[in-house]
Amino acid sequence: MNVTTKHRLAKDKLMLWGVCLFAALTAVPLIAILGEVLLRGYDQLSWSFFTQPTPTAYKAMKAIEAGEPIPGGIANGIIGTMLMLGMAVVVAVPLGILCGAYLSEHSKDRFAQVVSYLTDLLQGTPSVIIGIITYIWVVVPMKGYSAIAGSVALCIMMLPLIIRSTEETLKILPASLKEAGLALGGNKARVMMKVQLPAAFGGIFTGVLLAISRVIGETAPLMFTALGCSFIRFAVDKPISAVPLLIWEFFNDPNLQELIWGASLFLLLFVLMLNLTAKYLAKKWNQ
Amino acid sequence: MSDKLYRILLFLAALAVPVVCGGIIYALVSDAYEAFEHFGFLNFLTSSEWSYTEGAEQYGALPFITGTLMTTALALLFCIPFSLPVALFVGEYFKGTKVASVLSTVTDLLAGIPSIIYGLWGFYTLRPIIMALNISPQGSGILTASLVLAIMIIPYAASLSAEFIKMVPNDLKEGAYSLGATRAEVIRKVVFPVAGSGIFSSYILAIGRALGETMTVTMLIGNTNNIPSSITSTGNSMASIIANQFGEADDLRLSSLIAIGLILFLITAIINMIGKVMIKRARIA
Amino acid sequence: MESVTPILEFKNTCVSYTKQTMAVKYVSAAIEKNTITAIMGPSGCGKSTLLRAVNLMHNLYPNIRVDGEILLNGENILSMEPIDVRRRVGMVFQRPAPFPTMSIYDNVLAGFALNGIKLSKAEKDATVERCLRSVALWNEVKDVLNKKGTFLSGGQQQRLCIARALAMKPDVLLMDEPTSALDPIATKHIEELLLELQKEVTILIVTHNMGQARRISSKSMFMYLGELVEYGDTETLFSNPTDERTRAYLTGKMG
Repeated sequence: MNVTTKHRLAKDKLMLWGVCLFAALTAVPLIAILGEVLLRGYDQLSWSFFTQPTPTAYKAMKAIEAGEPIPGGIANGIIGTMLMLGMAVVVAVPLGILCGAYLSEHSKDRFAQVVSYLTDLLQGTPSVIIGIITYIWVVVPMKGYSAIAGSVALCIMMLPLIIRSTEETLKILPASLKEAGLALGGNKARVMMKVQLPAAFGGIFTGVLLAISRVIGETAPLMFTALGCSFIRFAVDKPISAVPLLIWEFFNDPNLQELIWGASLFLLLFVLMLNLTAKYLAKKWNQ
Repeated sequence: MSDKLYRILLFLAALAVPVVCGGIIYALVSDAYEAFEHFGFLNFLTSSEWSYTEGAEQYGALPFITGTLMTTALALLFCIPFSLPVALFVGEYFKGTKVASVLSTVTDLLAGIPSIIYGLWGFYTLRPIIMALNISPQGSGILTASLVLAIMIIPYAASLSAEFIKMVPNDLKEGAYSLGATRAEVIRKVVFPVAGSGIFSSYILAIGRALGETMTVTMLIGNTNNIPSSITSTGNSMASIIANQFGEADDLRLSSLIAIGLILFLITAIINMIGKVMIKRARIA
Repeated sequence: MESVTPILEFKNTCVSYTKQTMAVKYVSAAIEKNTITAIMGPSGCGKSTLLRAVNLMHNLYPNIRVDGEILLNGENILSMEPIDVRRRVGMVFQRPAPFPTMSIYDNVLAGFALNGIKLSKAEKDATVERCLRSVALWNEVKDVLNKKGTFLSGGQQQRLCIARALAMKPDVLLMDEPTSALDPIATKHIEELLLELQKEVTILIVTHNMGQARRISSKSMFMYLGELVEYGDTETLFSNPTDERTRAYLTGKMG
């Protein structure tokens, strides 16, 4: 083996090891973040953490002075998140599925191409801008922050994700499926409802899970819409809290900082579980 | 359901997207109008003053445009040395193996972490390290925000690049090996040139993400309204000034913030469009 | 007749994709210098697998094992460095695949660029002209050398790939059904070219096409289920095969 060959092989090895090393390093932040949130948050999780609302800063301060753990929890945030998410899902899922169905049926249509581009535009729009928009659209006319406003913001963010996943799932269904349905005398509506959408259920469901996991941790669009609220509330026309909003509040309030990690741990685990479930289901349904 | 009703229903649903997008642009433009009218469009873009003393209000977007561009550019710079190896690991070296799927799960999970949690981690873990290393006295600033931002965009750049690297035909790679090339040489001279435009477009989309990222940057950039003098100084991005001040602003300041929102919207829209068009072209080729 | 030292020799060569099954079983054969040897057999018989063993292509895929010996000028290549072996053993594939990001000119020189060998402008020009002339492509492309190789027709692309392999001055040229993706006229051009090329390089060609084997090769191998059934002068093998399986294949009673 001559010198240049040796040199080239050494370079080749170096590249392989470099790629492995740097690729492995990307796992470090994941482990570091998971580790930190777990270690600092796990002892805060208790029954009352999920059933009690956030304490006031004053109560928290008193508890800190007395050397006691801060009372209360994040129940108001969990309920707010669920409420707003529920409303957003009820609108975004059917709307997104119908729109995705439209795109998959008319993919060569000029209007559908415009819609497709705009879906990309919407998906790329920074969440803070969705917040501004919802403020202008909902908060200003309703003269106040509300759960409805928050859910509108979440709904706008979910919509493009659901449209895309529906469209893509419908597009990869075998054409024979649709043709067989039509050949049996079903009209397009029936074939879509009874054949295509059920066949695409797995992909669409995965898409919805991913959309939920994407928006559930969103903070910016809720800051100017749902605002936050320190007690448990089910009214849709009043300000309401959400788990990410609570984390933001705790971050900004020195008295409540102890609660940050429990709330973050809950949010992180929830989001990652949704992610992994969606990935697992996608794999399972693809087989 | 009749076919006609079905078609109308689908059309109406599809109409929702243009209506929302049109509504976004209309609302941003009409509410930003006051600021543009008061300061002049160009003046608003190029002024670096941000002061809300009553009677002498002066708002300009330049510090925040600079802050956004600096954080995005740095994040891109820090992201490449990690996202490119991940893409090669998943798309070439260990294509289709178990380790590759483990690594893609890792990057998927990174993409799933909410940005507020990235912000917390940056604030409580990274910032003290920056301080301990004497890089900047307050720990927060452009650099700190960019470092965390880089981690956040690795998954987007890596997974899309990997897809394009995977698509490089085996014929070409075997052709290069048969001429006596090593794997490193095949990657440099065949895989990269062939997948190049696809890889490039995936970084454009990653930039699109970094530009609008809000919470992480807000928590780490230091929140000062001046043009950052160096990468270690504090500042504000377009997204972070909005997140910081929108809740307390009214009248002219609110309009100015919305104007900044409009500028941010336009920049991300253009970047994303370029990226999407390039990806479509790269897929066809 | 004085005996010629073989340039390439298989000694009990085996290739296996999994632990249980062998795709090539104990092949032994000696290939003489400056000949064209055709490898025939039904699909899946291991002919391509055997061919790809000669330039250690199997080393790219960790699951594949090659056993026995393959001697190139008396040296066992299985214990040599793949990148050195591949420079001495060129290969042309079934589908023409010029590098799409390189010009015709750069495609011919791709081997040097990939191996990091620097050539002067004069050397480059000379190599490009020599190689394109020897594949009879020079007159067709000399004015468009800076165009991408992918603009050429299929037959021209395949000739460009042969030129690319010849540029490295290999001792042996492996061809894996090089004309199966081409039309009859392009195929005829390539066949004529190979007859010329055997003066410079020893050619081992896998082919599905019996007529092609008969037209261009002086020696032929017939493989079946991974075994080398018969190996000898092409004329003898076609007119008077010794093995029943060869006869069945040649008379169209098999694959």
